[in-house]
Amino acid sequence: MDDAFGLPQSMVVLGGTSDIATALVRRLVAARCRTVVLAGRDPEALARAAGTLRREGAAASVVTFDAADVSSAGAVVERCVAQAGGEVDLVVMAVGQLGEPGHEADPARVAEMATVNFTWPAAAMAAVAGRLCAQGHGRLVVLSSVAGVRVRRANYVYGATKAGLDGFALGLADTLRGSGASVQIVRPGFVRTKMTAGRRAAALATGPEQVAAAIVAAMADGRTVVWVPPVLRWAFLVLRHLPAALWRRLPG
Amino acid sequence: MRVLRGWGRTPASAATVVAPRDTAEVASLVCGPSRGEPGRGPARGLIARGLGRSYGDAAQCAGGVVVTTAALGGIGWSSGGQGLVEVGAGVSLHELMTWSLPRGWFLPVTPGTRSVSVGGAVAADVHGKNHHRDGSFCRHVAALELVAPSGVYEVGPDRDPELFWATAGGMGLTGVVTRVTLQLTPVETDQMVVDTHRLEDLEAVMSAMEAADATHRYSVAWVDCGARGRRLGRGVLTAGEHATSAQLPPGRRSGAPSPPPPPRLRVPAATPVDLLRPSTVRAFNELWYRRAPRRRLGALEPLPSFFHPLDSLADWNLLYGRRGLVQYQFVVPLAEGEVVQRAVKAIAASRLPSVLAVLKRFGPADPGPLSFPREGWTLALDFPVGPPGLPALLDRLDDLVAGAGGRVYLAKDARLDPAHVEAMYPRLGELAAVRHRVDPDGRLQSDLSRRLGLDRVAGLRAPAGRGIRAAAPGQSHG
Repeated sequence: MDDAFGLPQSMVVLGGTSDIATALVRRLVAARCRTVVLAGRDPEALARAAGTLRREGAAASVVTFDAADVSSAGAVVERCVAQAGGEVDLVVMAVGQLGEPGHEADPARVAEMATVNFTWPAAAMAAVAGRLCAQGHGRLVVLSSVAGVRVRRANYVYGATKAGLDGFALGLADTLRGSGASVQIVRPGFVRTKMTAGRRAAALATGPEQVAAAIVAAMADGRTVVWVPPVLRWAFLVLRHLPAALWRRLPG
Repeated sequence: MRVLRGWGRTPASAATVVAPRDTAEVASLVCGPSRGEPGRGPARGLIARGLGRSYGDAAQCAGGVVVTTAALGGIGWSSGGQGLVEVGAGVSLHELMTWSLPRGWFLPVTPGTRSVSVGGAVAADVHGKNHHRDGSFCRHVAALELVAPSGVYEVGPDRDPELFWATAGGMGLTGVVTRVTLQLTPVETDQMVVDTHRLEDLEAVMSAMEAADATHRYSVAWVDCGARGRRLGRGVLTAGEHATSAQLPPGRRSGAPSPPPPPRLRVPAATPVDLLRPSTVRAFNELWYRRAPRRRLGALEPLPSFFHPLDSLADWNLLYGRRGLVQYQFVVPLAEGEVVQRAVKAIAASRLPSVLAVLKRFGPADPGPLSFPREGWTLALDFPVGPPGLPALLDRLDDLVAGAGGRVYLAKDARLDPAHVEAMYPRLGELAAVRHRVDPDGRLQSDLSRRLGLDRVAGLRAPAGRGIRAAAPGQSHG
């Protein structure tokens, strides 16, 4: 059960080797979290991450899945919740990929990105929502991105999938009001992680630790949308309404 | 499904809320084989709820059933003896006082608010300013009607005492209390005779309280946890007795004691901004300390303002804003009074805003295995949720308290580390044995019992629907 500060005792991470999720899990394990299920694609990386968490005092286990297989989403969520003990306080949706240079022109890659970044997560979130409602409590944290707030030419496939994910999560958050379950949408700007390695950092770049700290702080006050850093909220209030001719000229 | 919160307004959870009107209706919900709701899978537990004044999650049961006692009313004299009343578990202490004071009787024990139900007062075994003299609430309970999954019980200190005392402070985990027979205290007036002392540091407060306890039935001290240095833990001690009619001015001696007034003001909604910042709290504590007389003896004070100062402001918890508040109350043995000093020092050093801490000396403990009060010093603190340093500060206080053989009050808890529970409540096994007898399927559960692992600690087997772990398919690489 969550404590007065919204800190969970058990959690499931979908996309368990994501840098942001890893930073978040370690913070929560240092607080009250004693049960962690890491779900992801790479069994070896997951096992390593679980080993670290075990040394830090959590009962950690792993589940492997492939987000390209949309039909697996419901079963993966069920398996994760079962491994967490049949009940879970927090589910983190951290599945996603940025895309390698040139992916925009490859129809198969575009389809795959849409599946991994949006279709699979949306299906899984539907399963999570059903679970949390039946429990009468629990939180779903969705790692969105400012890239989805207004899609830019520099990463429009990623941006478009995040826009879809963000919209889905917002709608779900409204639906879950009054159920005891809640959704928290995290919109970081540029985060220095292995996903963005090799790319030039944008203005107001942060690190995974900063994003994790912002998520933990928001857990206590029940905010639905968390911008990291917070100033991005105001920046995008302006950027969202920038004329298209200006917007498309912004540096990549 | 309805979303429920504790008085601290911290994490909410949803449950099916039902309000049975009599014992038979309670029994139809609580007793018998555990049934899942259609289409919702196996049942997820059940817990009683009174007026929702537990600060944390004690009266919530996420995804399960919450039985409110709101419709279990009724107050009447019991034939057992003078001042013995029989009340429905849903009756509030306010209603009971309103009924009994004009008849010349007062509550034997009252917490800082009269907006708690009698059932809740039993479940938390509440204490008041007279603990050093009169013990906690259940010491004055002659009999209880309790509905447990295995049946309806009539218990008392001399009738199934194990079940009675496990229910006293048992946080609702032995069943739903439906009726309480309570011994009231005779009073001649609705006034208190109060001595007030303003004291410059914690040591002075503690020694003055020790002296006051020898001569007064009621005592309490308000401590300023923001003051540092030489003024660390300065405070105001009040000690009182019920006024006899001879102590009232001649014109006011006739007539029965009058009932307490309803709240004068109401906080309309959670404040959107943080009213309780370190600066405003410091200013408030300063003002309140300055306002107290250095030494005033024998002043008359109306009974409600002496016992329930906060009740004149309804929904005061909303002042803490939308994030809510955490109340932290601990007790340490008398010999460990120094721990109180260290705790106050740690709070002052943290500079986290703490509004008016309450210090009290408890007398000997009552027999309930989960009852909070034990002989020693107790300190209760309010903190607004929000400052990032708060969880760590409270964890540090837990270590101090547990290290000194003390404990925290579960009715106020919303954040204790489960690792401390067994050390703080070493008699959990006794509660487990009783629960095993009256609730073999482990139906009685609350968010509190799940969060603190009280069921696990207690060695009860996992109830239906929560034992999926063993049947989980093994894709684990762990």
